[in-house]
Amino acid sequence: MRKISAEKIIAVISRLCIQSNCQINEDLITSLKHARGKEQGRARMVLASILKNIKIAQREKLPVCQDTGMAIVFLEIGDKLKIDLGEFLSLSALVQEGVRRGYQSGYLRKSIVEPLSRVNTEDNTPAIIREKIVAGNRLKIKLLIKGFGAENMAKTSMLRPDAGEAGIKRFTLDSVKKAGSHPCPPMVIGIGIGGTMQKAVSLAEEALLEPVKSKRAYFRGCPGLKSKIKRLEEELLREINQLNIGPAGLGGETTALSVKIKTFPTHIAGLPVAVNISCWANRHQEIIL
Amino acid sequence: MKTKRIFAPLTSEGIKKLETGDEVLLSGIIYTARDAAHQRMTKNLKKLPFDLKGQIIYYTGPTPPPPGKIIGSCGPTTSYRMDPYTPSLLKLGLKGTIGKGERSQEVKEAIKRYSAVYFIAFGGCGALYSQFIKKTTLIAYLDLGCESILKLEVEDFPLLVGIDACGRDIYQQQKT
Repeated sequence: MRKISAEKIIAVISRLCIQSNCQINEDLITSLKHARGKEQGRARMVLASILKNIKIAQREKLPVCQDTGMAIVFLEIGDKLKIDLGEFLSLSALVQEGVRRGYQSGYLRKSIVEPLSRVNTEDNTPAIIREKIVAGNRLKIKLLIKGFGAENMAKTSMLRPDAGEAGIKRFTLDSVKKAGSHPCPPMVIGIGIGGTMQKAVSLAEEALLEPVKSKRAYFRGCPGLKSKIKRLEEELLREINQLNIGPAGLGGETTALSVKIKTFPTHIAGLPVAVNISCWANRHQEIIL
Repeated sequence: MKTKRIFAPLTSEGIKKLETGDEVLLSGIIYTARDAAHQRMTKNLKKLPFDLKGQIIYYTGPTPPPPGKIIGSCGPTTSYRMDPYTPSLLKLGLKGTIGKGERSQEVKEAIKRYSAVYFIAFGGCGALYSQFIKKTTLIAYLDLGCESILKLEVEDFPLLVGIDACGRDIYQQQKT
């Protein structure tokens, strides 16, 4: 059995926390530059500032945004992999240690508080951990940084089973309109459709991990669904970009940079939908160990 | 459009010259305060950590300064969460706020009533804004960590006028 050490995992997660906060992925930068080219006036000025900010963050090794967010760690654990926990009691404890070290050594903001007392945990833990066992002997770690200006705008709804695409579109457009200038547009939008309420919410979050321009298999063995989803994503992106919210909410054609949808079969009686909104700085990194 | 240079603390005459949509470069002293600091300040308005007269509050909670740096990343947070607290602070002489996003009708009316101004900075540009901060002093609520009140000395900090003393709103202008 392949082995992996606790220290290795901690070091990798710590590094991912710093990288995700200080660097923006190339696909997103390309999309921002493209948007800057299309826009005029204030919208162009906002996008130029965003691009300048990305450069300064990289040069000065500073976080792109002061809201270094809540960390969400997705683990895909190979069933033939042995994790040597060392002094730690669980894999989850290891992950939290990685996040703790990353936020401390990377001079990232500690934004996590107990929900009722509002007392800060001082090290940005706990991170939210979502794990699944997969075939193989590898460990895939994906990290998503969720700032709360945008997270506060996320919405979910249990639509009627007959609501269909029209209902999904109406709910999405309505959620984006309500979010308006608040979540640091241009937004990156993840939509989860189907499952239960919890499943739809998870799917919407996972959709944010997709590259801005992606070609992927949506649902194997179900021809037609892939093209249907792709079309729905494109239509939604077009309609969202006609809302004239624009960069920083100051108007323009770029309200969203991307819309990604993930689906899961659901019950005959319902149609759960979740819309997760990220600010333009959709920060995520992944690594396979 | 010509960029206007302005100085904090603000004067009534200075505020009157500002119009919604103006690009400004702000220099002088400003104070940080966000959610928890607003809750605490408005609990006892008689005992505020600094005199509000003419001052500007910047809605931000910066990242810790790495070694050799004055401050970490320091961009605006979403302003609407401060809306319930803002009118009472404007009443006491606060003249400006800096944040991002739309404000409530109550805040707009209070800005007009007390002849104040709301500036906007661009969200997610904290590294960029850190470059215009020359000095920081921790002045209150140390226990709030990143939500403590800092006194910032800024130089040519770039902003847009979001709501001017006449109550004109940049976000409404772009909608019409």
